[in-house]
Amino acid sequence: MVGKKKKIKNPGLTLKKRNVKTWAYAYAFVAPTVIGVAVLNLWAVIQSIYYSFHEAKGFAELKFVGLDNYIKLAGDMEVWRSLKNVLIYAVITVPIGVFLSLLLATLLNVKIKGKGIFRCIYFLPVVSAPAAVALVWKWLYNKDFGLFNQILSVFGITGPDWLGNPSLAMAAVAVVGIWSMLGYNMIILLAGLQDVPRGLYEAAEIDGAGPVAKFFKITIPMVSPTLFFVIVTTVISSLQVFDTIYMMFKPSSPSFKSVESIVYLFYRYTFQKYNRGYGSAIVVFLFVIIMILTLIQNKLQKKWVHYND
Amino acid sequence: MKVKNKKNAAVYIALIIMAFIMILPFVWSVLTSFKTQAEALRIPPQILPSSWSFKNYKAVSEVLPFATFFMNTFLMVVFRVLGSVFFSALAAYAFARLEFPFKNFLFVIVLLQMMVPGQIFILPQYMIVSKLGWLDSIKALVLPGIVSTFGTFLLRQFFMGIPRDLEEASVLDGCSIWKTFWKVMLPLTKSGLVSVAIFTALFAWKDMMWPLIVNMSIDKMTLSSGLVNLMGQYSVDYPQLMAGSLIAIVPMVILFLLFQKQFVEGIATSGTKG
Repeated sequence: MVGKKKKIKNPGLTLKKRNVKTWAYAYAFVAPTVIGVAVLNLWAVIQSIYYSFHEAKGFAELKFVGLDNYIKLAGDMEVWRSLKNVLIYAVITVPIGVFLSLLLATLLNVKIKGKGIFRCIYFLPVVSAPAAVALVWKWLYNKDFGLFNQILSVFGITGPDWLGNPSLAMAAVAVVGIWSMLGYNMIILLAGLQDVPRGLYEAAEIDGAGPVAKFFKITIPMVSPTLFFVIVTTVISSLQVFDTIYMMFKPSSPSFKSVESIVYLFYRYTFQKYNRGYGSAIVVFLFVIIMILTLIQNKLQKKWVHYND
Repeated sequence: MKVKNKKNAAVYIALIIMAFIMILPFVWSVLTSFKTQAEALRIPPQILPSSWSFKNYKAVSEVLPFATFFMNTFLMVVFRVLGSVFFSALAAYAFARLEFPFKNFLFVIVLLQMMVPGQIFILPQYMIVSKLGWLDSIKALVLPGIVSTFGTFLLRQFFMGIPRDLEEASVLDGCSIWKTFWKVMLPLTKSGLVSVAIFTALFAWKDMMWPLIVNMSIDKMTLSSGLVNLMGQYSVDYPQLMAGSLIAIVPMVILFLLFQKQFVEGIATSGTKG
């Protein structure tokens, strides 16, 4: 790949020769990544869009069907239901999750001892495989013997069937989502907080500002660019939720209809029903939804994000 | 002073409560994994197991080959890390420091990948792997993570932050571009390389859908996709399920505890530089 390691014996090589040499190195350097991305990602996106305009079931030949998959999708209750489910999931996890992350980051930004241990504990879920995490929480939520209902029974309360009850299941999944991502966002926000000049707080204290005022008047505006990044990435990842739900709910579960996410639906169509055409239409639909939400957030950021340049 | 103590006490209480909530699921799964089924299902709950034997871990490894799962996961992670760190560094250096035709165009192509939800790649990637005849192999596990857009982007920022003088000195000494890159520039971005390695390792470790799709035979599964199988077979023996889950959790936790600083810095840079 980078075979020529000739030394430049004559620094006065003509400009052109030197340029060509640089180009050769540059192309060799970027080749693996550019080719990889071109094939595995760029080509893949084009393929997915291409499939979405075709009927592609099982091993049968592709058949061009125009917009049929999208027309079917527009009238498919299951699609809208799973969109509603992930939006509910996002509406619960994003505000609560980001708020708690910011709160923890703020607390850890105070000069106290033992910070490292707390940071470490909060971060543990981030390094845990979601498949395993889901099994652990499934056990905690168990209707008869799970920890939560055991604790409730100590107080004489008969706990609900957290995962089996359609109106509770999504909230239960959202709790797992919040717990899993808290540490990640906390670390990013903490890095943002550490860049806020201490002098600002001191000045505010002299003006008689309390902790709440300082939080809203200084902390939030000063970390708003980081906060914006965290919110955008958390919204995107919550719309893509799959692992936890897949591990906790089978299609036979009584609450399946209220927890099935778009990606789960995509997975079932593409890899269980082998309906690649419709599955691709679903994933393209998800892509469009994410694009729209990200664009809206980009528009809204002008109203609240402060860049100090 | 007194006010400050009070304030610190409040902070500690909040931190401890949160720590308790965050660690509770781990503690409970560890305790369950050492219990017998009867102990796990006792009402009111029995908090500590009667004996601390590893019998559930042993039993679960007999049901499914967890050692093989671990090895497959390990290989997937290692090859993805090596590939993405090396290729990202190369590409990042070229994008940061070398001038060549279509540079911006190629960089935009690389960046586009970050703006698209990952699931959109999965089916075509699966078709590629399937056409190559790579289904049910380590190669299949590694392939989608062999290059890293995020790594390229992050390392490009790192390279751009290094003063040009060092490089110019090296070029004047007659070093080739490769040598300048390898001997001078790469050692200066060590922390960036570590960040990319940790990132790649963490996300490869946590990936569930891809291994689930490409490797269906039991001896080529990863820990995550193996757990899906375990759940299917033994959905009621909670002590064994917890033992299996912990086998899939603990290795990464150990790695994290060993490289805590690098993990935290790696994640933090992703937010500030990314």
